[in-house]
Amino acid sequence: MFNIFKTSKSVNLSIEEFFDKIEYGNLNFKKGINHYLKNEISDFEESLKTIHTLENEADTLKRKIENDFYVYSLMPNYASDIINLLEKIDDVIDLSKDLLSQFDVESPNIPEDIKKMYEKLTSASFKSVENMIPAARIFFTSPEQVKEKIQKVLFYHREAHSLATELKRTVFKDSESLVLSEKIHLRYFAFHIEQISDASKVVALLLSSLVLKIKM
Amino acid sequence: MFFFFLTSGLFLGWALGANDAANVFGSAVGSKMIRFRQAAIIASIFVILGAVLQGSGGAESLGKLGSIDAIGGAFTVSLAAGITVFWMTKYNLPVSSTQAIVGAIIGWNFFTSSSTDPQSLVKIVTTWVAGPILGGVFAILIYKLVKYILIKSKTHLLTQDAITKYALIAVGAFGSYSLGANNIGNVVGVFVPSAPKIELDFGIFVLDGTQILFFIGGLAIALGIITYSKRVIMTVGNSLMKLTSETAFVVVFSHSLVLFIFSSQSLSDFFVFIGLPPIPLVPVSSSQVIVGSILGISLLKGGRNVDYSVLGKIAAGWVATPVLAGLISFISLFFLSNVFNVKVTQIPTENIVKEQIQITQPEINLPISTLNQPIVNTTDLQAERIDLIQITLIVSLIALILVAIYLLWINRNLRIQLKNTDYNDQILKYNEQQAVLEYELKITNNQNARLEAAVKTKKKAQKKLALDIIQKTEVLAQLKTEIDEIKKKPENEIKYSDLNNIKTLIVEQLNIEKERKSLNNYIQELNINFYQNLSTKYPELSEKEKRLCALLRLNLSSKEIASILGISFKSVEINRYRIRKKMSLKKDEKLHHIINKL
Repeated sequence: MFNIFKTSKSVNLSIEEFFDKIEYGNLNFKKGINHYLKNEISDFEESLKTIHTLENEADTLKRKIENDFYVYSLMPNYASDIINLLEKIDDVIDLSKDLLSQFDVESPNIPEDIKKMYEKLTSASFKSVENMIPAARIFFTSPEQVKEKIQKVLFYHREAHSLATELKRTVFKDSESLVLSEKIHLRYFAFHIEQISDASKVVALLLSSLVLKIKM
Repeated sequence: MFFFFLTSGLFLGWALGANDAANVFGSAVGSKMIRFRQAAIIASIFVILGAVLQGSGGAESLGKLGSIDAIGGAFTVSLAAGITVFWMTKYNLPVSSTQAIVGAIIGWNFFTSSSTDPQSLVKIVTTWVAGPILGGVFAILIYKLVKYILIKSKTHLLTQDAITKYALIAVGAFGSYSLGANNIGNVVGVFVPSAPKIELDFGIFVLDGTQILFFIGGLAIALGIITYSKRVIMTVGNSLMKLTSETAFVVVFSHSLVLFIFSSQSLSDFFVFIGLPPIPLVPVSSSQVIVGSILGISLLKGGRNVDYSVLGKIAAGWVATPVLAGLISFISLFFLSNVFNVKVTQIPTENIVKEQIQITQPEINLPISTLNQPIVNTTDLQAERIDLIQITLIVSLIALILVAIYLLWINRNLRIQLKNTDYNDQILKYNEQQAVLEYELKITNNQNARLEAAVKTKKKAQKKLALDIIQKTEVLAQLKTEIDEIKKKPENEIKYSDLNNIKTLIVEQLNIEKERKSLNNYIQELNINFYQNLSTKYPELSEKEKRLCALLRLNLSSKEIASILGISFKSVEINRYRIRKKMSLKKDEKLHHIINKL
């Protein structure tokens, strides 16, 4: 009971560290995709390796935070909501790592004229996640400011969605040189990049509902 | 006898503790911010402290309303209030012990034809209305202040959670103190005039009869908190409205402030000192103040979720509870007085009967403030003083010695238990290690046995093959001899059978090369390590020489080796000489010994 301040401080630090991992993971995701599009395979593999490590570390931290919340009865009214929030944030780095692994395993053949579109789509998904992290950070200190932050997340999510649609349309309607299997393969990757921005949108909506819930 | 009559008051105290603890710690325990045991201990201590230190104000006001001068009357009034609370709670009607006790006292006034002080009545009823309103106002102000601090400080949610935990404990303690101070009058207020005139001297402080009574009442409330409030907290603690921990803090704090204000003599005196009217020291309903506080916050948030029917129910409770308690009190007093002949007042019975028949103004007007005037044994104005210093010291010393012995005994048992556990753990660990080692040894032995058997079998097969080759070489030599003999014979003497024998020997000869290759494979397979050692130690040896070494390792003679390798005896000898040279062996060193050592 009397160590509650010490425990709170330690959990605060763990949460901050967890967010750092997600942030680095997101940067590596963007870097990895760009390396792949530029055929810099060794750099791409380096990014894949890094994101793999970051994902593992984020998982460990998440489990520690979860454990501390239950063991020390921290925020008993909202513990499950906050743990759910951390799970959803962790999903973002999981998806990013899986996507880079899929690039590594399946090595999709991306035509030069479509590469630019993939770059744009990746950038929009990246920005969506990039804005999600400060929103999640500020939730713990100034919940009333979360609303301002999540607007950007939602904006970049919409952007990613429209870019993904445009990319798919180009692949299926304007790329006659590609066979159907290649088109489906390219669509699959566009879909998965878009999914990362979807995951950040889920976090944003969860944050806004949590703010309402904890509001005095 | 006094303590028997006091049971009805203690029952009321128990019910109050069981129900009203939820108002103080309900949200905190219900939301698991604080453990129930922790809350119960804090609440119990502070309720007793509040009752003993600050409980007289509320009780005095009830005394002014009607000074119940006989223990039988106090018992009946308290019981009537208890029955009312119990009955109305059972049917889910809003009820307050304060209103019940006031109604029951008025019932006693009616029965004994005592006058009810209208001023006191108005004062009490006003506080019933003022309590919830004040609770709401305080809640709004504190809520605004807390929210402002939280926004400005930008505290991390987890730190905020930790602060809230401590704040809930502090405010819970304050709430319990205020509850004890304000509501003790409901529990034992009616017994004050009948309290025994004694003083207990503890050396540091002295408790008079009234304070002892309040202490006992406080104990009853504490008992209610410990034994039954958990159930109330878990079932109805949060039913009114689900509160966040911060809102719970605001609600409990405002509730505690209201109860404190209506029970603090010092604060009232301070008001008078600065020229304001004194604060009426009256027991107010804890539940209704809580409801008022919650409604205040709801109104501040826009009032969308406010259930206005709650206000109606509270107002109905202000009327229904006293009326019902008064009726029960009046009827009970009638029965007790006329059927069981229990003395319910010091006023002569004939006067009561007379007054009841004539229904005129009562002529007997007992002094209103009778708190410190004993009605029973009125002649004995000097309280009996009991010196408890020596007794307390001796009892404390004995208790300390007993506790020390008990702790030593527990400590010793724990140490023995710990030692035994350690010893058992170690034995268990050793046994496990031994079992593991035995198992590993068994596995290794089995493996070795299997390997040895395999080596033996292969060596046998190798030797057999070698011997077969030797045998076949001998057969070839025989064949050569036979052909020579046939050649020596004249042509007409050569028999068909001679030729047939030779043919058989030739067919066998055809298989020799195949078997020789097989032998080489066997030798290599069996002597992988030997070949490696040989190559490492003597890298200049050729493949043929290595093979010769492998055959020497089988203890085969030069002649036998010559047969196996299909070379002459002399060639084997020359090869052996070359090997010795490459190995730089001295004359007295035997080649097969060196090879077998590898």
